[in-house]
Amino acid sequence: MTRTFLGMPASALQRSFPSNAAKAVRDSQLRFNLRKATHTIRDKRASVVGELPDWEELRQAGKAIKDHTLRNLDRYLVQLEEAVTAAGGHVHWARDADEANRIVAGLVKATGETEVVKVKSMATQEIGLNEALAAEGVTAYETDLAELIVQLGDDWPSHILVPAIHRNRAEIREIFQERMGEWGRPAPEGLTDEPRALAEAARLHLRERFLSTKVAISGANFMIAETGTLVVLESEGNGRMCLTLPRTLISVVGIEKLLPSWRDLEVFLQLLPRSSTGERMNPYTSTWTGAAEGQEFHLVLLDNGRTHVLADEVGRQALRCIRCSACLNVCPVYERAGGHAYGSVYPGPIGAILTPQLRGLDSELDRSLPYASSLCGACYEVCPVAIDIPQVLVDLRAKARHPRAERLGMAAAGWIFNRPERLARAQRAGGRLRRFVPKRLPGPMSAWTDTRDIPDIPRESFRGWWDRTGGGDR
Amino acid sequence: MRVALFITCVNDTLFPGTGKATVTLLRRLGVDVAFPRAQTCCGQMHVNTGYREEGVRLARHFADVFGGYDAVVVPSGSCGAMVREQYPKLAPAATGAVVPKVYELSEFLIDVLGVTDVGAYFPHRVTYHPTCHSLRGLHLGDRPLRLLRNVRGLDLVPLPGAEECCGFGGTFAVKNPDISAAMCADKVGNVMTTGAEVLCAADNSCLMHIGGTLTRQKTGVKIMHLAEILAATEVTEP
Repeated sequence: MTRTFLGMPASALQRSFPSNAAKAVRDSQLRFNLRKATHTIRDKRASVVGELPDWEELRQAGKAIKDHTLRNLDRYLVQLEEAVTAAGGHVHWARDADEANRIVAGLVKATGETEVVKVKSMATQEIGLNEALAAEGVTAYETDLAELIVQLGDDWPSHILVPAIHRNRAEIREIFQERMGEWGRPAPEGLTDEPRALAEAARLHLRERFLSTKVAISGANFMIAETGTLVVLESEGNGRMCLTLPRTLISVVGIEKLLPSWRDLEVFLQLLPRSSTGERMNPYTSTWTGAAEGQEFHLVLLDNGRTHVLADEVGRQALRCIRCSACLNVCPVYERAGGHAYGSVYPGPIGAILTPQLRGLDSELDRSLPYASSLCGACYEVCPVAIDIPQVLVDLRAKARHPRAERLGMAAAGWIFNRPERLARAQRAGGRLRRFVPKRLPGPMSAWTDTRDIPDIPRESFRGWWDRTGGGDR
Repeated sequence: MRVALFITCVNDTLFPGTGKATVTLLRRLGVDVAFPRAQTCCGQMHVNTGYREEGVRLARHFADVFGGYDAVVVPSGSCGAMVREQYPKLAPAATGAVVPKVYELSEFLIDVLGVTDVGAYFPHRVTYHPTCHSLRGLHLGDRPLRLLRNVRGLDLVPLPGAEECCGFGGTFAVKNPDISAAMCADKVGNVMTTGAEVLCAADNSCLMHIGGTLTRQKTGVKIMHLAEILAATEVTEP
């Protein structure tokens, strides 16, 4: 398969996850920001999920609806296309990032505009739409608060729901003060790092943009096949502005975002807010069907590797993902490594299974992602559509190419474990050599002894003791 | 009831005391436990590192060795979870009959023998780390805690952040050493706030990782497997 682009610069792919993470783990400001933010959302989620006695049933329903839809994707996609077209919208099909970017750039240029406003969208980030539009002379303005912070800071998102989670409010104040003027209305004089003041600065900056821009680009959380309706859930109201004010609306949506009917949506309107922001209901839910009066509407359906994932019997469950971020917020590895270490717009546990499936296991980074987990299972437990992330990780590990030294070590261990007498002999040898084991081990095993002692090797193994004493009888 | 002990390769090789304690405890409760000599390893290290074929071979071997018993007791949440969660996917036909007969130690004591007070005596301050595979794999719940609460003299102190992973994760500990060490540092910090003399768990592999850090940092906190505390009495207290 060709390399699927996932919205990160090529430089992000050159280092493995462990070496990216080693750098992040020493950044104490980053560790503090991440710990505080993830634990706050994690606790909120736990409390609102705990309120629902039927959460597990909802979760299983969400899983079943998504599985059914994915199994019948061909049928539902055509149904959606017909419904959107009947409602006055135009549907475009994009095989990969390049094709999607070309379609969107063409649509924007046809309007004669050179500026677009954007609703927060993972799909457009995945395909690197902003950069592609910039190359065509079109400026894309992010209107979600966190995306604005990332855009103004020349930064990369590090979280699905909270892209600027790695920033604290002092850093945000600095970014607003230094960069807002270059993009539009500058930050007010004497801006403080009070959340209210920062939000007001963003509001004033964005308001002008909403009122003057004629083209908007969005993604969608869900698409309903039976009526051709798109759904966006958000917290800030910027999405509502983008979806209703501009004359032209272009939505880029992954083909797995489908739901058959409005009845199915009911399940997800409960699952998503509680899992993502830890709210019972999100402040804004916008739905639209085709083009509103006086508006032009285009839907770009994006594959970009998804049908490839769908073909994998174990890995396809990753397509159930509704991008809630619960797995990121609960992951001890994400909390310490941060989102950038994953080298993809999809970080955390879901990124560790989605990125290598979409992009392949060719680069050093992508091969290391399935190992970016201690398999603690916390992600699976909180996933609102029950994606067994540890199972997919282990499956991907079996597909990845392994280092030579490790292959030899594993073959040797396998040879010993294949015969109990070999294991007994190895244990006796270990017992005799126990005094010669150094405190610091050489080679790859030094990674253990850098921070940990190795246990004392016993003189006699359990089976040695059992043989000698008859299980303590003699 | 024919009961077999699956000692696990880690316990067999590095922590024989856990095996002896399990045997002592089970015999005290009237269970005549056998140790099938042909057993080796459950295959978890191979499977979780990406060497599935070796894991399938070891799963079949496990089924051959333990197929004839009514119950198989495992003093390890992690190896128990490997058998119960992964064998049905790796070798369903070969292991289908043996998997439901495999019990982690606390499950065997409470669910099969119906005992929560095993007659142990251990006059020390202890904190318990539930380990991920015990908690989220086997769903042991509060079984180990119920057993510990009934140990005479034992002062059980809750561990803050108990449900968070210690950062061991098998080969994760050497493949991602910086993250693993950072996770362990937080776990050790939490252990130290309890003022416990002993950190207890149902998994020696996690304990080996946390314990290796506890000794490197010269904390003086000891690690002990659940079986070792449950086996202790006034006479045998280690």
